Amino acid sequence: MTQDLIRQREQRIGWLLLTPALILLLFVFAYPIGRAFFLSLFTENLGTQLQPIFSGLSNYHRLIEDGRFWESLWNTSVFTGVSIFCELVLGMVFALILNQSFRGRGLVRTSALLPWALPTAVMGLAWAWIFNDQYGVVNDILSRFPFWETNITWLGDPTRAMLALIVADVWKTTPFIAILLLAGLQSIPEDLYEAHAIDGATPWQSFCQVTLPLLTPQIVIALLFRFAQSFGIFDLVQVMTGGGPAGATETVSIYIYATVRRYLDFGYGAALVVVTFVLLILAVVLAGFLLSKARINVSGGR
Amino acid sequence: MATLTLKELRKQFTPEVVPVKNITLTVEDGEFLTLLGPSGCGKSTLLRLIAGLEQPTAGTVWVGEQNLNAVNPGDRNMAMVFQSYALYPHMTVADNISTSLKLRQVPPAEITQRVRTVADKLDISHLLGRKPRSLSGGQRQRVALARALVRKPDVFLLDEPLSNLDALLREQVRGELKQLFESQNRPVVYVTHDQIEAMTLSSKVAVLLDGLVQQLDPPSRIYTHPANKFVAGFVGSPQMNLLTLDCQGKVAKLGHCEIPLPPLAQVPKLIDLGIRPEALSVKGSEVSDQELVIGGKVFLSENFGRETLVSLRVEGSQDVIRALIPPDQTWNPEYTKLVVPFSSLHWFDAETGDRL
Repeated sequence: MTQDLIRQREQRIGWLLLTPALILLLFVFAYPIGRAFFLSLFTENLGTQLQPIFSGLSNYHRLIEDGRFWESLWNTSVFTGVSIFCELVLGMVFALILNQSFRGRGLVRTSALLPWALPTAVMGLAWAWIFNDQYGVVNDILSRFPFWETNITWLGDPTRAMLALIVADVWKTTPFIAILLLAGLQSIPEDLYEAHAIDGATPWQSFCQVTLPLLTPQIVIALLFRFAQSFGIFDLVQVMTGGGPAGATETVSIYIYATVRRYLDFGYGAALVVVTFVLLILAVVLAGFLLSKARINVSGGR
Repeated sequence: MATLTLKELRKQFTPEVVPVKNITLTVEDGEFLTLLGPSGCGKSTLLRLIAGLEQPTAGTVWVGEQNLNAVNPGDRNMAMVFQSYALYPHMTVADNISTSLKLRQVPPAEITQRVRTVADKLDISHLLGRKPRSLSGGQRQRVALARALVRKPDVFLLDEPLSNLDALLREQVRGELKQLFESQNRPVVYVTHDQIEAMTLSSKVAVLLDGLVQQLDPPSRIYTHPANKFVAGFVGSPQMNLLTLDCQGKVAKLGHCEIPLPPLAQVPKLIDLGIRPEALSVKGSEVSDQELVIGGKVFLSENFGRETLVSLRVEGSQDVIRALIPPDQTWNPEYTKLVVPFSSLHWFDAETGDRL
């Protein structure tokens, strides 16, 4: 009886303490999301003199037939997929190197993090110059090789522009993955490798049979973070290519930005936001599901 | 059949850090060698040198006629049980046990059969499908042992395998280990800081200090004839009474007592006397002339149940002597006499610590 009373009181206090945070969440997340969904049911653009007129699901109907949206979604997926894959491989290499002890490791660790610390807009500008067809460093280096085409228009060609974006993104975010994986590597006890070596394993076998399985949680976390960030990429693209040439590097965020801020089509922009949001949530839920499975597989003490 | 031989082994990390200085040893088939010593004496490093996890600075490791210095740990055909067990947390017990066989590409049918045999022997068959995290400490220890046994290696290496078990379980597993390895008939090298494990399990004990072997003998001889003061103080619990005494003529002075010295070429100024607490007894009715009598006041008694440890301040000196006596024995609280046969006295050189 008294136990029940105590628990009731604790629960009441608990809710009381939670309230401020819940109110904050409500205003910061729930309201904007709800408002966007609400707005997506209206037509509100220059044609309606920016007055909201209820139009049901017509914005979604338009979206399904909007080739530009699906192209931007495809561009975003390519950018996300390729850059995350490269970052993961390179990040793993860096993490393995940084996990070794050598002279000057602290310095190398710090400098490896530098790209991650730079503001994206600034480094985007720098990379735009690096890939500049007239004055860029890349073309300058390539021109020193014989039989190599010079003055390649990196940012003016659809495929090369995407390649340039991916290179810049990989350069910036590989350190992030490397640090995440390094933390995971350091949590693997050394004696597992020793036991595996005595069992007769080569270093490569140890990497595949000990490191990778035990690093799965960190890999999935890194993927999740990078996916969410990369899917919404805006600043880098805006600075380097502005979505061009001819929409070849236009990502979903760039398209939504253009719809709302340039064409002032608020209702349709809201519909784009809602669809992208739902797709992202689905992807994150999937990743979270994988993560929880990975936890079940590998966690646990020794 | 194999013989493990270490020849003048030395491991130096930095000029100051030399955990293994110069060690030469031989372990025959069926011999159980224990490396015993306090932490930092180099015993674990020595084991890692044998396993190939460390490269020696100088010296060689041999199994039979093969020099193993250039051989990888995985090709030495040695099995090691780690203090932490080092079980692969993401694998089932069966996979943990069979990893070494899989890496050596043993046929699957044989793997299954060998895993089952060793699991039956260690009574862990019902655990084969579980992950290490859902096992108790004792079960993990068995899995680690199974992983070593399943390989049928040339040499077994064990690094404090019992130190993570609780006291009761440790006693039980100790007995099982002894039977298990007696049946294997292979050289076993066992590292421990626990003298009871060393005494009960081994056929030979190497007491280590500062990277050097202090004494290499069967356990009983380590106990009865410690080679120097360190071994005398390290082996035996409660610790041996070690007293530094003045010498006058042919006797050493302990309070009012005069103890005849053993035959020496030259009488030193100081000498160390060692008496095991269990060799002392409270004086009965008659004393033979083969016994030394020490008188004093008992100021502390600790009852262990099986016996009582009494601490006695020697009459006419500040020295303290501790004696193990039967728990029902009484003593005069004002003045007690302890007796010990002269044959149970250990003499050590006060400077070098060597046995005299």
